[in-house]
Parts: sequence; structure tokens; C-alpha cells
Amino acid sequence: MNKKTKNIIILPYTIWMICFIIVPLLFMIYFGFTNKLNQFTIENILSIFNQDNLKSLILSLELSLISTIICLIISYPLALILKNMNVGKSSFLVFLFILPMWMNSLLRIVAWLTLLEKKGIINSFLLLLGLPRLDIINTPIAIVLGMVYDFLPFMILPIYNSLTKIDDNTINAAYDLGANFFNVLIKIIIPLSMPGIISGITMVFIPSLTTVAIPNILGGGQILLIGNVIEQEFIQSSNWHRGAGLSIVLVIFILIITSFVDRHSEKDDKILM
Amino acid sequence: MIKKIIKNSYLTLMVLFLYVPMFTLIILSFNKSRSRATWGGFSLNWYKEMLNDKAIMNALWNTILIALISSVIAVVIGTLASLAISKMKRRRKSFYLGITNIPMLNADIVTGISLLLSFIAFGISLGFKTILLAHITFNLPYVILSILPKLAKDEQSLQDAALDLGASEVEAFFKVTLPDIMPGVLSGFLLAFTMSLDDFIITYFTKGAGINTLSTLIYSQTKRGVKPSIYALSTIIFLLVFIILVLLNFFQNKKKEKVLK
Repeated sequence: MNKKTKNIIILPYTIWMICFIIVPLLFMIYFGFTNKLNQFTIENILSIFNQDNLKSLILSLELSLISTIICLIISYPLALILKNMNVGKSSFLVFLFILPMWMNSLLRIVAWLTLLEKKGIINSFLLLLGLPRLDIINTPIAIVLGMVYDFLPFMILPIYNSLTKIDDNTINAAYDLGANFFNVLIKIIIPLSMPGIISGITMVFIPSLTTVAIPNILGGGQILLIGNVIEQEFIQSSNWHRGAGLSIVLVIFILIITSFVDRHSEKDDKILM
Repeated sequence: MIKKIIKNSYLTLMVLFLYVPMFTLIILSFNKSRSRATWGGFSLNWYKEMLNDKAIMNALWNTILIALISSVIAVVIGTLASLAISKMKRRRKSFYLGITNIPMLNADIVTGISLLLSFIAFGISLGFKTILLAHITFNLPYVILSILPKLAKDEQSLQDAALDLGASEVEAFFKVTLPDIMPGVLSGFLLAFTMSLDDFIITYFTKGAGINTLSTLIYSQTKRGVKPSIYALSTIIFLLVFIILVLLNFFQNKKKEKVLK
């Protein structure tokens, strides 16, 4: 392929990415640093320190941290069991755990709404058995449950992938040299699966941190996370400058988190399934 | 023995955790009674109601049309781009890969907002076409990242051979390169298609008033109480995604078999 052809066939993509990725991000920065009169200001950025906004940001960080930890605790043993079963990546069992990742995420949240509602399925069963009601809908617990349910496969898959890459000889060598299971786990398996753990953490933490739908549906619209605050600035109060300013703050948080993990990222795992 | 029982019960528990909520929706879609709590007998009524519901059918049509058009366009632009990127020198290549990664690493809400702001700034009215533009944008990286690995260096010697033997570049592309990278192109297409079907937040910000995809329709319904016809719809979506994934798995396994031969 000569240089000219190469430049021609990359052209549509270059134009597309400039128009729809680079320019929009520049617009966001512009809106974030200006007010309605188009004057420069950092007020929008600083509005994250408003009491309500700060509360939402901290709550978002807390809830997404909790759900990330729960996902990790659930996923690691699961991925380890799957690896030890030696069923292979394209087996039905592994497929079963990856499949939910591709189901419409809103429907999956609606499913939990149906289960958890005041007159929902779980409460009807409890009533039938004469047990007290489960009253967690519209609480942070329901939101965490929704996050864990929605993003769990994104933790399982990268960990499973990194575990399958570990050479069994390494593990067997450790056993031969007298290590017990715990030693092998802590000194061999966990360190070697670190890239998977780290990319699992980002793939759960960032969507949890920025979710809009989960708190709105399972939190009943009363608990605002940072995504909901940004959404309200755009949809309800039409204060785009402030919304853009808060989005910039959110991007900064994401950049800080991803810079920790950049080198180990295995985001392409999702593509290879 | 006990270890095995613990392992199997853990696996079973996790499968139940993942699938019971979804199957609940599927079961409810066949429930004659409107109430969620009582089983009123088997019925296909909600499917009938779904088919007669204009809002749902419009949203379904928009969703499928947007998913189809956006993934086809993303595949065309993405395939060409992948061909060029795979032949680039290191620095230019990592520049392009960096740009490709932006929408994947960025939060969807940020992508949605930044697109909304620039559509407004350029005076593009929000609607079907802005959703389409947004979907092509977030589909492109998935297409490129599934094609690029198929364009590894050793496979390019075939294309060079075709060129040496007098094929034009276009001929070499259609007769040699394209068949070679076809599994990547197809899985890129299916990936883009499912990402587009699944998307909520980017669509939500770029859609404007008066148009809905399934995700935004479901979202607006959760505020007013979910109608049982939505359960019928979810059953159909689950089936659709299941079929796509089986196909995707099939293509990827086929590729593996080919490598083994």
C-alpha cells in the first residue's frame, strides 16, 4: 500500500474523530470555563464544592467503591473456580457468566426494580411466608445492589482472562517446593493476575461512579449521585455551563483513576470475550 | 468431595444471582394478571399489547435502524482506518490508537454531554440523525479494536504477494485482505450492533424531544410505572442478544479452528 492510499483511507476516520471526539471535548472545556455571557470563569468548576454537589460526589465515590469491592470479592473466587475447571474460554459455562454483560443494562435494572419494589416480587413472597418486608428500594443499598448486578461481568471477565494466562507449571512448581494453597494464592496467583484485577476495578468503578440510570430507577430519584447532578443541570435547569464544569471535574477524577492503571489496562478483553 | 460441593454451589448461586432477575421479567411477560405478585395463568396478551403499542414499536424500529446503520457505517470507516493504522510507523500509530481509546476510557455521560454541546453549538437540531452520529462515534473504536489484531504483520505478506502478482490494490483488498480479516470485521459489526442496542446515556443526551430508542423509552416508563408490555419486549430483546452472542462466539471459534489447522 503506498503512502497516498494510506492517507486517503484514514481520512474519513480522522475527520470523524476530530469532529465528534476532539471538537466536542473542546466545547465541553469551553462551556465549563465560561458563563452565560461567554466570559471566562472557574465558578462552574468550583461549584463542585457546593454543599449538595460535594455530598453527591462523595456519595458516588463511596457507593462505587463499595460495589467495586463487593464485585472483586465475588468475582475472584468465581474466576478461580472457572479457571481450575479447565473448561476453556469458549465453553458454555464461561459464556454464561459473560452473557449478561451484553443484555440491555436498563432492562437489568428494571428487573431489580420489579423484584425490590414495595409491592414487588420479593415482598410478595415474604408476605406469603409471613415474614417482615424487605424495605431497601430507594435506599443506597438498592443502588449498590444495582451496580454490583450491572457491572459484575466486567470484573469476572478480565480476572478470568488473566488467570487463564498463568502457566500451570508455575503453580505446580510452587506446590512441589512445599507451598500450601494459601501461599500459592498470595505469592503466585494473585500477583500474576494483578493486571486482570486492576482492569476489572476500572471497568466497574468508572461506570458506577458515572451512572445516571441506576440511582434514578433504584434510588427513586431521591438519592442524587454525581451523574444525576450533571444530568439535572442539563435536562432540568438548563445550566449547561455548570453541567460542563462538573463534567470536567468528573473527567479529572477518571483521569486520576485511569492513570494508576493505564499500564496494566486490559480493556480490549471485552472485545475478545 | 466437600470442596467440590462448595465450588459447585458457589457457581450455581452466582448463575442464579445473574439470571433469576432476568428470568423473572420473562416469566412476567407471560402472566395473564397485571399484578406482579400473582400468577393469573399463561397468556400472550402483553405481546399483543406490545405489538399494538405505537410508542414501543416506534422505539423498537428506531433502535434497530440506528444500530444497523451506525454499525455498518462504523464498519466501513473502521475497516479502512484499521488497514491504514496497521501499516503506520510507531509514533503515528500510537497517536491514532490513543484517539481511538478516548471514547472507550471516557465515561459515557461525558461523551454524551460533549456531543450534545457541539450539536447545539453548530445548530444541528437534535433527533434521529444526532443519535446516529453519536452511535457511529462510540461504535468506531470497537470495530477498529476488533479488526486490528487480525491485521498482524505475518498475514500481510499474502497481500504483498497479490500485489507482486499484478493485482491492483482494490483487487488485493477484496480478494485477499478482506476474506482474511472477515472474522474480525464480522465480530466488530456484531459488537457495534450490540453496543448500540444497549446504549442509554449517550442516546439520552443526544436524542432531543419526541424520539425514543428502547433504552430511553424504558427509562421514561420507570418514572410512571413499568407496563407489562415492556416485559414482553425484554423477552424479545434477551432472545435477540442471545442469538447475536451465539453467532459472535461461533465466528470467533471458527477463527480459532482455522488457526489450529
